[in-house]
Amino acid sequence: MPKDRDMKSMKRATIVVMVLLVFAGACAKKKPAPVTQPAPPPAVSTPSSSSASPAPTPQPVEESVPVPAISEDAIGNRSLEDLNRDSPFKPAFFGLDSSELDDAGRAIVSGNADMMKKYPRWVVTIEGHCDERGTAEYNLALGELRAVAVKTYLVALGISPDRLRTVSYGKEFPFDMGHTEAAWGKNRRAHFVITSK
Amino acid sequence: MLGVALAAFCVAALLAQAPQTPVTPPAPQQPSEIQLVISGEPGTPPRYAVPDFVALSPDAADIAKTLGQVLWDDLNFEREFYMIPRDTYATIPVARTAEEVPFAAWRELGADAVVFGTVQKTDANTIRVQVRLLNVRSRQSVFAKEYTGAAATPRLYAHTVSDEIHQQQRALRGVARTKLSYSSDRNRERIAGPVQNRDVKEVYIADYDGENPRRVTTNRQLNIFPAWAPDARAIAYTSYRRGYPDIFIALIYQGLQETPTSVGQNWLPVFSPDGTRICFTSNRDGNPELYVMNRDGSNVRRITNNPAIDTTPTWSPNGTQIAFTSDRAGTPQIYIVGADGLNLRRITTGESYADRPTWAPAPFNEIAFAARTGPGYDIKVYDLAGGDTRQITFGEGSNESPAYSPNGRHIAFTSTRGGRGTEVYTMGRDGKNVRQLTRDGNNYTPAWSN
Repeated sequence: MPKDRDMKSMKRATIVVMVLLVFAGACAKKKPAPVTQPAPPPAVSTPSSSSASPAPTPQPVEESVPVPAISEDAIGNRSLEDLNRDSPFKPAFFGLDSSELDDAGRAIVSGNADMMKKYPRWVVTIEGHCDERGTAEYNLALGELRAVAVKTYLVALGISPDRLRTVSYGKEFPFDMGHTEAAWGKNRRAHFVITSK
Repeated sequence: MLGVALAAFCVAALLAQAPQTPVTPPAPQQPSEIQLVISGEPGTPPRYAVPDFVALSPDAADIAKTLGQVLWDDLNFEREFYMIPRDTYATIPVARTAEEVPFAAWRELGADAVVFGTVQKTDANTIRVQVRLLNVRSRQSVFAKEYTGAAATPRLYAHTVSDEIHQQQRALRGVARTKLSYSSDRNRERIAGPVQNRDVKEVYIADYDGENPRRVTTNRQLNIFPAWAPDARAIAYTSYRRGYPDIFIALIYQGLQETPTSVGQNWLPVFSPDGTRICFTSNRDGNPELYVMNRDGSNVRRITNNPAIDTTPTWSPNGTQIAFTSDRAGTPQIYIVGADGLNLRRITTGESYADRPTWAPAPFNEIAFAARTGPGYDIKVYDLAGGDTRQITFGEGSNESPAYSPNGRHIAFTSTRGGRGTEVYTMGRDGKNVRQLTRDGNNYTPAWSN
């Protein structure tokens, strides 16, 4: 391969790395960017047990550099459509006929609150959804309670209510069309949509 | 006016005729109300025959067939008469005029009443329909009318005749000219917006037998829970065209729209029986409660006051009470409250989950609702006088969203019993005579017009 192309691509790589570092430095506030993983299935979250500590090995373990799945500037610059299609927010899930946030739900909402604090201009709509087993009429109200429960918690976490809208869709828009417990669990949710940024 | 005069003339003219064969002639006296009613053999309903109408012009042949079939179906729907199956008429000579009606042949078939009708096109767009209801034993005409109007809606003439026969013979208000409204995704369009794969639902209307479906809303959003105004010319419904649920009123024959609410989010509107007020659910005070307002949106009064969900209202026939769904006791149950917010009481006791009450019109004194009976729902009816509850569907799919017909004898509802999504059905208030009205896409939450 020609030598100058190598040099150019090296320079390019260096510039990119430097740019990334600059951005990382500029955007980092108190905490480093969270590593966002694809949303796992709902409900019980058991953190991978680190209590059973393995016996120390004599060999050093190779350290891997954490890479954010969505880089900071990419979030800030994306269109609303893109953002919502590949959302930085996770839905909070609910038990049957319930509008109460459990521990897992509160953890998810708390994570979403952190994201909202990073982008203080974002206005977010919280959609309340239900599974198919309730009636259409009652579910419109149950979805409303779910959305409001999440909004209330977000406000308690310090998000301004001006940035939050709620809407219930009852059981009109299921996310999973299946007729199983797993599908129903996915549909009982508060879903976050960025409506302006 | 002309029709009435003509009818009187026809009736008088036919009664003055001599009988066809020398059997016992009817006594020469003016007919009384009682003699106009055709009865059957003692203890049995009168047996009716409705052959094809006679086409007086060849271009009316199809219409003539339609009129006969639709009238037969309409009369069959109310189950007041025994309708003799039309495939048994093959041996009966076809009468081309009223004088030719073969009464003896009809009598052999066991008919107590037979309809003789004619239709002709008076121009390309207009038809004239003449109908007589004949007492087969006495050979008298008890009902004779002529109708003139558009050729494009032949079914409407049959529906009109059916209603008038029910009124005259049974003092019964038929439903053949009523309409159903429901919400449908049959257009298979998607809602544009930040979240994918969301189906448009629009409000539709159709005849009581499912014919002539027509789309009312065209905003490509979620449009659900239609409710008729008592004049059957307006439909209130819930639409998300503003990005959240709110109430809109479509004046369906004028293409106009009213927007009575502008505070908070509002859904599930229902007109009072006199059409002057609307009861609805709103979150304007923080949680779903019931409110009553004038139709133009003025004078909003809150009538429930409880942090629980209060929703899905239905008015009593005289407009003084409202039945609704509340989960204040832990699960959704049916309650009644005065339209002034006083005298609240619960009426469902043995149900794990009850929703969508619909209050029967007079003369019935009952409230139908959807009750959870397994993984799905069934329709049950609570009798207000006796306090007992009867079940009228039994696990044929899931059966929900009941709505009474204006004469209280039928209930429209949705069911998944066909195995292909949710469709609109009607049944008698006894659960019999189930009929499927929709087949295209999914169709929800029907409402029945006056």
